[in-house]
Amino acid sequence: MTIARLFHQFGSPPHFYRLAGRMLPWFATACVACLAAGLYGGLVLAPPDYQQGESYRIIFIHVPSAWMSLFVYMVMAACGAIVLIWRMKLAEVVAQASAPIGASFTFMALVTGSLWGKPMWGTYWVWDARLTSELILLFLYLGVIGLQSAYEDRRTGARAAAVLALVGVVNIPIIHYSVEWWNTLHQGPTVTKLDKPSIHLSMLVPLLLMAVAFKLYYATLLLMRARSDLLERERNAAWVRDEVAAR
Amino acid sequence: MTARNQLDGITLASREARPPTTAPVLLEGRALACQRGERMLFRGLDLTVHAGELVQIHGPNGSGKTTLLRILCGLTRPTEGEVRWVAEEPDAAGLEADVHYVGHLAGVKLELSPLENLAFVARLRGGRAGASPRDALARLGLAAFEDEPLRTLSAGQRRRTALARLLTRVARLWILDEPFTSLDVEGTATLVELMDEHVARGGAVILTSHQPVRLGDRGPRMIELGR
Amino acid sequence: MSAGSPLGAAMAVLQRDLLLAIRTRRELVNPILFFVLVVSLFPLGVSPEQSLLRALGPGVLWVAALLATLLSLDGLFRSDFEDGSLEQMLISPQPLGMLVLAKILAHWLVTGLPLLLVTPLLATLLALPDHALPVLLTTLVLGTPVLSLVGAIGVALTVGLRRGGALLSLLVLPLYVPVLIFGSNAVSSAAAEIPVTGQLYMLGAMLALALTLAPIAAAAALRISLH
Repeated sequence: MTIARLFHQFGSPPHFYRLAGRMLPWFATACVACLAAGLYGGLVLAPPDYQQGESYRIIFIHVPSAWMSLFVYMVMAACGAIVLIWRMKLAEVVAQASAPIGASFTFMALVTGSLWGKPMWGTYWVWDARLTSELILLFLYLGVIGLQSAYEDRRTGARAAAVLALVGVVNIPIIHYSVEWWNTLHQGPTVTKLDKPSIHLSMLVPLLLMAVAFKLYYATLLLMRARSDLLERERNAAWVRDEVAAR
Repeated sequence: MTARNQLDGITLASREARPPTTAPVLLEGRALACQRGERMLFRGLDLTVHAGELVQIHGPNGSGKTTLLRILCGLTRPTEGEVRWVAEEPDAAGLEADVHYVGHLAGVKLELSPLENLAFVARLRGGRAGASPRDALARLGLAAFEDEPLRTLSAGQRRRTALARLLTRVARLWILDEPFTSLDVEGTATLVELMDEHVARGGAVILTSHQPVRLGDRGPRMIELGR
Repeated sequence: MSAGSPLGAAMAVLQRDLLLAIRTRRELVNPILFFVLVVSLFPLGVSPEQSLLRALGPGVLWVAALLATLLSLDGLFRSDFEDGSLEQMLISPQPLGMLVLAKILAHWLVTGLPLLLVTPLLATLLALPDHALPVLLTTLVLGTPVLSLVGAIGVALTVGLRRGGALLSLLVLPLYVPVLIFGSNAVSSAAAEIPVTGQLYMLGAMLALALTLAPIAAAAALRISLH
């Protein structure tokens, strides 16, 4: 089977719908397992931090959320490129389903970051470089979501959002480095909370487990959203009637 | 061209299979489909336009006439199918350089005079020069108004300015969406004359109109949508 | 059959847009008025104290210039969209990116450049030291075209929407952050007599990047939103 045919087959809505249905339980189970192990390791087994005490434990949520916020945007932009170049319907669905999930991760990173800020800085909000970048990233997500829903025609909305996501991807590094530069100018070189020279293994393992759990959570949610979105888009197609009749 | 093909409950009829088979094919649409939201406007539409042909697209409101014209001139992408500009000559210009489209929106600036509008379009499009802007406006009965701002002119005169574009640059295919709208009797007669000359020179016209169009003794080839 | 030169078509668009701006005029004044009003509100809202104004000045000037640009953006494609001129550009044989670039240039000449005229006055109002004024003007010359170019993508994406205005600011403002940071920082550094070549190079690099990519992105966006 050639790559092109594989690509085509994977992109066909009925094939994807069934494949996603088969994969869903595996992703969900693995996600719960990683989440349980990571939370146990992070909240129970890992020792308290010698400076921050117990409050540092929020990193087991905060850091994976921040990682995911960028990761999901990259997935969305990659799908956007596929939408614009190959007009693949499945990529439209994945991009559209990813945007709200990515925005939620970004929002969670912001909320946990500011909650963590209270014990660390004595205030909920500091114009820290990372938090500021996350805030702008949230605005970028909201723009993509707003544009997707502003068009009556779904496919037009998806293509418009794809252009915006790609423009965003070109801009994210520029925004990130300019914000970082701005921050060092105004606050002086402060030790940011993530740039620990070394992290103890008992903290690193649960952190990585949580990161995997978040990835799996995204995959699970994405498959669920994409499946329902496909059913709605293709509701007049024969394969959807067959699927529904089989229930 | 097949007389009738039925697909998904939408019937596409193409009466009067009388294209001169020797004339070169200008434009070819294959298996065109267009979906707007939930509705499938048309599907499986095959369309071939030869040089020297007048094609009228007919159908009730909302049957996708304007959409079909926009697909043919490349403004809208069809949901399925493809439009091909068939150029036999090796040095033929592409579709864009050889098509005039006059849509619902006139594409003229109200702040500019008819002359300025035409001069701009000529520079924008480039291509082979036809009549001078002055001659084109005179042909459409605007000789006395060529320097008035379009804002002060009537809807019919604005439409005439838009139609004068057809003459200033030579293009083989004219795609006209309801071109008779707001034209008076004399303006309608002039436009029919222009189309007649264009077709006689080997050009082609695709238009939508609710009124019957006759060039001399010949009627147009009809394409029915939404029946 | 030649298709005409892309540069000639771009020049035609530029000249036509400038002519239209001169004929309508109000477009010329609005951003300047807005710029002046926003800046003069700050001392009223914050404090008229010189030292405070001096500290806030560069940021206030840049935020006001950014908002003035945002306000004027809506006019970039709006009238051409409404009267069908944009359709004609889309189906013209010329590369759409060039035409879009010409439109953005015309728009900046009409709305961005005039901001520079009142900037010395506003700098005085905000107690900016005299030696920082050349740097302020340089950052505006380098930065406001970036705002217009990036903004054009946002306008192109929303021009077909009925309530595109509110969405436009959400799409465009986050992308303006780097220009704001480097622009205002260069001015405050200059006021403190710190070298600013680094910031100016960054603004220049952003301008080069935006000049290359933004017209292509805006052209793609127009083809999608006029679908």
